[in-house]
Amino acid sequence: MLTVENLFVNYGMIKALQGISLVVKEKEIVALIGNNGAGKTTTLKTISGLIKPTSGRIYFQNIDLIKLNPYQITKLGIIHIPEGRKPFANLTVYENLRLGAYFVNKKREIEERLSFVFQIFPRLKERLKQPAGTLSGGELQMLAIGRGLMAKPKLLLLDEPSMGLSPILVEEIFSVIKNINKEGTAILLIEQNAAKALSIAHRAYVLETGKIMLEGKAEELINNESVKKIYLGVG
Amino acid sequence: MNYFFQQLLNGFQLGSVYALISLGYTMIYGIIRLINFAHGDIFMLGAYFGFYAITRFKFNFFIAILFSMVLCMIINVLIEKIAYAPLRKKNVPRINLLITAIGVSFFLENFASLKIIFGPDYLPYPRPFKIITFDFLGLTLSSIQIIVFFITLVLLLILDYLIKRTKIGLAMRAVSYDKETALLMGINVDNIISLTFALGAALAGAGGVLYGICYPQIHPFMGIMPGLKAFVAAVLGGIGVISGAVLGSYIIGMIEVFTAAFISSTFRDAIAFAILIIVLLTRPQGLFGKEEGIKL
Ligand SMILES: Nc1ncnc2c1ncn2[C@@H]1O[C@H](COP(=O)(O)OP(=O)(O)OP(=O)(O)O)[C@@H](O)[C@H]1O
Ligand SMILES: [Mg+2]
Repeated sequence: MLTVENLFVNYGMIKALQGISLVVKEKEIVALIGNNGAGKTTTLKTISGLIKPTSGRIYFQNIDLIKLNPYQITKLGIIHIPEGRKPFANLTVYENLRLGAYFVNKKREIEERLSFVFQIFPRLKERLKQPAGTLSGGELQMLAIGRGLMAKPKLLLLDEPSMGLSPILVEEIFSVIKNINKEGTAILLIEQNAAKALSIAHRAYVLETGKIMLEGKAEELINNESVKKIYLGVG
Repeated sequence: MNYFFQQLLNGFQLGSVYALISLGYTMIYGIIRLINFAHGDIFMLGAYFGFYAITRFKFNFFIAILFSMVLCMIINVLIEKIAYAPLRKKNVPRINLLITAIGVSFFLENFASLKIIFGPDYLPYPRPFKIITFDFLGLTLSSIQIIVFFITLVLLLILDYLIKRTKIGLAMRAVSYDKETALLMGINVDNIISLTFALGAALAGAGGVLYGICYPQIHPFMGIMPGLKAFVAAVLGGIGVISGAVLGSYIIGMIEVFTAAFISSTFRDAIAFAILIIVLLTRPQGLFGKEEGIKL
């Protein structure tokens, strides 16, 4: 479904990605784990078109993404839920959700998607008229995911959804991610919380300073000695 | 007492024109954090387009305003695409954009002064409709004032509807808050920026024609003073805040008229800039601004 080949990205002199290749297949959850500054966010931003690579190729369902603008990539069904949730704090919860389905015009379709999002996050329904800037951290993450779901994604790019959440909320968010995937959406998941990510992923890549160091089935990586040591904090 | 209220009406008239210019300043600042110093010159172009629409093409007054608005929109979008967009895409420091805007301003003023364009002379503005005066609660209200108030009100209501109630307006608000995330929503941010330049120009163009019928003389440098005062009004209201720009404009218009009427007309220009300095020193975010205030 998504194929990334030999991706190089620089920020000026800084070499953030140095030849990344990865694949996400239909209906898969793929985890991308790695330390701070490894290049995880950069990888997602390059897939969604916010950053243009110096070289490399990205294909989504055989469409070449390199030449497309971010808003065109979004329309293909690749939805990037950014690190730090990035709510439009000046807008209401409803307006944020509406923007998630920006390119949808039919009222009925928007209503349907809204009620789908409310099923998952009933809390958002109670907050509809509230400015997003007044939500709690957990509610903001619900809004970020809900806003992404409004677009009916085919592939969801999730950047650290569990960051800064209480353990109970982390559980809830991860079970939501699992359910979204069960309904057929492929997911590329970035996480600091490697143990959690590996527990729901089918496959995973380990990123270290701009390069893929390891890849494989999630259950194999959980038992890999170096992964255990560095990312899972055991052994 | 009567004189006082009469001046109030005059202040309202001047404030209306400032509001139409000021909105463009504030919207463009809101969307790309640029103080578009060429905006007063769009207002000047608007006055000329209205002039030719009425004198040369014999358009009806309202059609002339529409004509001027449309031409100003096209020109401002072209300016944005040619002068600012390439710089924006290179992520240059904001000061570079500002200097470019000043360059565009000089260009427009001097280009308009060319004999083959509008020429350097003062031109008397046509009076496209009969000037009738009405007695209104003991005050004299002219048909010009009524038309200025009416058109300003209609344009403000349309703008308010567009920004608060339409999908495009929602996109404008999203883009002004966070461009990168707006792109992730599938918003064509470049188009929204162009649209903002177009809207600002349409209002300034209408303002130019209204200014022409109120203060009936136009010339290629006529945009400088009203442009600067509308900028002061936008800062006073809190740059980036739409309602603030409107209120700031009426305040500046009133203060200017009252200064001229009750103190001395030699101070009428100075007062606006005194206000600018006071605002920047004491409340740089303006009356209604929430953010840290204006940044060059
Ligand atoms: N806009 C930028 N300008 C310059 N360097 C940047 C920029 N964004 C990221 N970098 C650098 O690129 C490298 C990769 O950053 P990236 O944000 O992709 O890491 P990450 O894996 O997402 O880290 P984290 O887990 O902390 O979010 C880092 O060394 C970072 O300092
Ligand atoms: Mg990151």
